Amino acid sequence: MKVPVRITVNGRRFEHEVEPRLLLAHYIRDLGGLTGTKVGCDTSQCGSCTVLIDGVSAKSCTTLAVQADGANVTTIEGLADGDALHPLQESFWDRHGLQCGFCTPGMILAAYELLRTNASPSDAEIRHGLEGNLCRCTGYQNIVRAVRDAAAQMAAADQ
Amino acid sequence: MFAADFDYYRAGSVAEAGQLLAQHPGAKLLAGGHSLIPLLKLRLAVPPALIDIGRVAELRDIALEGGGLRIGALATHAEIARSDAVREHAAALAEAAGQIGDPAVRNRGTIGGNVAHADPASDLPAVLVALGATLAVTGQGGERSIDAGDFFTGVMMTSLGEDELLTSVRIPSAAGRGTAYVKFSHPASRYAVIGVAASVALDAGPGESVCTDASVAIGGLVPGPVRCSAVEEALKGRAPSGEALAAAAAAVAQDLGGDLLGDVFASADYRGAVAPVYVERAIAAAAGRATQA
Repeated sequence: MKVPVRITVNGRRFEHEVEPRLLLAHYIRDLGGLTGTKVGCDTSQCGSCTVLIDGVSAKSCTTLAVQADGANVTTIEGLADGDALHPLQESFWDRHGLQCGFCTPGMILAAYELLRTNASPSDAEIRHGLEGNLCRCTGYQNIVRAVRDAAAQMAAADQ
Repeated sequence: MFAADFDYYRAGSVAEAGQLLAQHPGAKLLAGGHSLIPLLKLRLAVPPALIDIGRVAELRDIALEGGGLRIGALATHAEIARSDAVREHAAALAEAAGQIGDPAVRNRGTIGGNVAHADPASDLPAVLVALGATLAVTGQGGERSIDAGDFFTGVMMTSLGEDELLTSVRIPSAAGRGTAYVKFSHPASRYAVIGVAASVALDAGPGESVCTDASVAIGGLVPGPVRCSAVEEALKGRAPSGEALAAAAAAVAQDLGGDLLGDVFASADYRGAVAPVYVERAIAAAAGRATQA
């Protein structure tokens, strides 16, 4: 069985016929050609596959493409405004919030979710908010600094 | 990992979901998919078809009704955790829902899927048992209501019929009582190694408050949630502090018996030894909130 799905990814509308078992992560990577979204543990624990579905964070390795039919999906490639990086992307760069970079797309989208629900989190709240995303390189210190900086920049930009 | 092939049908209403279930024997219901999709990917479940109820709007509401809560099966853990009504009338449930998995998991996972899946390491079953919840289900034989205590029958086993759909969870208001959920979570998966839910009522008389009623349930280390009647009895008539609290918590050994679950992360002996610590924390937290009420 194949099922028609229409999914808007980063503002671009896609239409495909897919097998119901196709995961959203593979839809984005293989049919959307957007390889920023990573599949890490494939068991919804590591968070590298995190994307936004209608603005809310989700693990795309544990979501079927058919479940996202009609939805607006945002991946790491959709966060920047043209050539201007999102403040989270800038601050991960400035603060060295990554080493190998594999967890970074999911980490930034999880941080985006955190700041959507809590605009000025404490360090403890940042750590708690990122509990679903594993980084095996950095030890998290610079990730927390990056999110803290981004929150401050975004708050300043809002004023 | 790829699931085995399956057919896919999307239901627009509860009635349509029921018809699809009747038409497709062996089909599984899909809501948020956070319990089912991992099983499909591991091919521990190989259903011929999925019936997607994720867009059935009538299953989404959280409402106050007749002095209690009615929580639609599709309410997500995130929605439950931040619901003012749930926090006021069933604080332990909001507390448990807020500790499931991580934020992205809580955005997608639903109470109905969680409960119908009946994973022994899940958080919500023990809470629903301790809070005296009932589960509303509908199927070919009509609607019925199942006490949470009778719903969970074993590891990933429930009394839900093949053709039945869980529509909502009803919880009597715990306003005036103190309720709490305390868990020892696995550090990577956040599943409960041990989870304890407690609901405690205290008398309002002068002097030290005495426990007039307690309802305690434990999960994580047992096939399905276990009501801790020995703990409850030991608490009643006692002030919930100091030695009385520790003695009541120690009684959980009688409730658990000897047949505990263990795995590579935590052996059965270890879980049994740690259980009283979490029981004590849960009843102390619940009693603390009852005092404030």
